[in-house]
Amino acid sequence: MSDTPKTLFEKVWEQHIVAEPAGEPTLIYIDLHLIHEVTSPQAFEGLRLAGRKVRRPDRCVATVDHNVPTILADRFNIVDQIAAKQISTLRENCKEFGVELYDIGSREQGIVHVIGPELGITKPGMTIVCGDSHTSTHGAFGALAFGIGTSEVEHVLATQTLPQGKPKTFRIAVEGELPKGVTAKDIVLAIIGKIGTDGATGHVIEYAGSAIRSLSMEGRMTICNMSIEAGARAGMIAPDEITFEYLKGRRFAPKGEAWDKAVQEWSKLPTDPGAKFDRELIIDAATLVPYVSWGTSPGMVAPITAVVPNPAEAQSEADRRSFERALEYMDLKAGTLLEEIPVDRVFIGSCTNSRIEDLRAAAKIARGHKVSTHVSAMVVPGSMQVKEQAEAEGLDLVFKEAGFDWREPGCSMCLGMNPDILSPGERCASTSNRNFEGRQGRGGRTHLVSPEMAAAAAIAGHFVDVRTWSGLDEADEIQMSSTEAVN
Amino acid sequence: MEPFKTLTSLAAPLDRANVDTDQIIPKQFLKRIERSGYGEFLFFDWRNEPGFVLNDPRYAGSQILIADKNFGCGSSREHAAWALSDYGFRAVIAPTFADIFFSNAGKNGIVLVRLSEEQVTLLLDRAAKTPNYKLTINLEAQTVTDGLSGDEGFHATFEIDPFRKFCLIEGLDDIGLTLRHTAELDSYESKHDHANWLKPRPATASA
Ligand code: SF4
Repeated sequence: MSDTPKTLFEKVWEQHIVAEPAGEPTLIYIDLHLIHEVTSPQAFEGLRLAGRKVRRPDRCVATVDHNVPTILADRFNIVDQIAAKQISTLRENCKEFGVELYDIGSREQGIVHVIGPELGITKPGMTIVCGDSHTSTHGAFGALAFGIGTSEVEHVLATQTLPQGKPKTFRIAVEGELPKGVTAKDIVLAIIGKIGTDGATGHVIEYAGSAIRSLSMEGRMTICNMSIEAGARAGMIAPDEITFEYLKGRRFAPKGEAWDKAVQEWSKLPTDPGAKFDRELIIDAATLVPYVSWGTSPGMVAPITAVVPNPAEAQSEADRRSFERALEYMDLKAGTLLEEIPVDRVFIGSCTNSRIEDLRAAAKIARGHKVSTHVSAMVVPGSMQVKEQAEAEGLDLVFKEAGFDWREPGCSMCLGMNPDILSPGERCASTSNRNFEGRQGRGGRTHLVSPEMAAAAAIAGHFVDVRTWSGLDEADEIQMSSTEAVN
Repeated sequence: MEPFKTLTSLAAPLDRANVDTDQIIPKQFLKRIERSGYGEFLFFDWRNEPGFVLNDPRYAGSQILIADKNFGCGSSREHAAWALSDYGFRAVIAPTFADIFFSNAGKNGIVLVRLSEEQVTLLLDRAAKTPNYKLTINLEAQTVTDGLSGDEGFHATFEIDPFRKFCLIEGLDDIGLTLRHTAELDSYESKHDHANWLKPRPATASA
């Protein structure tokens, strides 16, 4: 081949260049614009004020997730009037501008980053944006997907394009076999712990290597989801048989001949041998363990077997100060074994870990056990379809029998814009993505973990090394029973 | 976005450094669903202070704000730019601006003029002491002047990124700019739409 070898990112980027005006950012075409209630109202109002239309309503999909209550009875009678207004505004905007909305009560409703993939709306090679930083999730399909601000939401609504400076590329290869009890969540927590929360700023990460290749789509989404926590513009994984297998038969996946043609096109996307990245990092999967975050930034993570670090050992003076502040906020003492930290709440959910596979993994740990008497634990499926599937598999019963609350889909306690929040001082094992001060409720203390680790903490009442959990090896037949599409 | 060529206006001196976006527009107003109407909440807490510059009738109607360094620091809320613009400000003069605010201001047609600390100190002083003190910002020439003549007069030049300058002068918001490429967009789209495998919900899909 005479062509220069290209990366996955470069291929997708180049296929979407609309114009490259000299001295200006490149104009990129957007294949899919996902919309939710919180960051869109001003964008729609901007269109109205300028007398503009949505250029391609067929390339927009909206849902409600951030504000929605997760208790069934509350969903159709939202008490928080400001939240209710944001939701009804989205309803009106979608109607006025002709955008498809998966509303409360519809079978498709769910967290925006969960429903795109499960409906087959998200596809390899696409450019995808949403007014939400965790849009990076969709990169798991080999799409270029990133979060945008409200002005940019308006820009995409009006023009279906975005002016963008070209990001740099960063290849992170995770090679080898993942040890038992170590999950996709642990891979990404390890990466963030290693490179820092600004470690990939200005870059698009491509995750590669045999450990990544062997992950399910759910696991790949978990990893791409948290790319933003490493500062990256986006995360991507090359599409392969696992990707195609996941998409095949989904509602908006191509069918028949169109499917074959699609697979043919998508198969051209993976990075060519010899393509150059601006940066590279290789991680040995065998060295990975389950991780727990101990501080107030996703970079503040440690192996479950470790102790809360001593600020005196921080690399820099600035780190030392932020470690001290974090420990004070988290009410933790240096030297405490992570396994000895008790939890008050457990949250299994969010666009990071609320897919069917996450729930299966948590249920596997919970099966036959009881949630500790001093812990309140909840499971919030990522979407109506995940909820239906889980119920069809009886996972809801496993959770309920163990004493978990089984809720309706939404963002829930990931950010507490709805009524699901921590009280001041409460400590939570959470499968979400951000442990910022007050993120899950003012004064609340968040520890980020995998679904398995969260379920085990709920039962033990404190963090435990899930690798030692009895029954971890059992019941794989429950897991395997349905890899087919949800619908 | 309204084009910005030259602006002559009263200048309000806000003699504070590190004016953060929480002060420009406090968080209780972020839950609103509108993009307009933030002007009345601009500097909400400070406006309870009787001596606050915007409460002084002398500065009523000023479209230029002069402030000390690191203006617009803090959160990324675009509401800060919306509030300034809705209140009527079209330009802010300061020694430095925070990054994100800088970008948000540009998207909303607000001209940010960086002058030296000495120049800003002088302007803050003159605007405070001289009744009806007006400044002229000429974006094409990249100058700031007051009406005074000879040695008395203030005259400064400022730097601005050529592309940003072009957008502000033409009054092109990003959408306006993109619309210059409508022909390219139309032709790209007509080809790209054949790529069925990149469609969110292909028409062929069964519901
Ligand atoms: S689940 Fe959390 S991180 Fe994901 S979109 Fe909702 S609020 Fe954002």
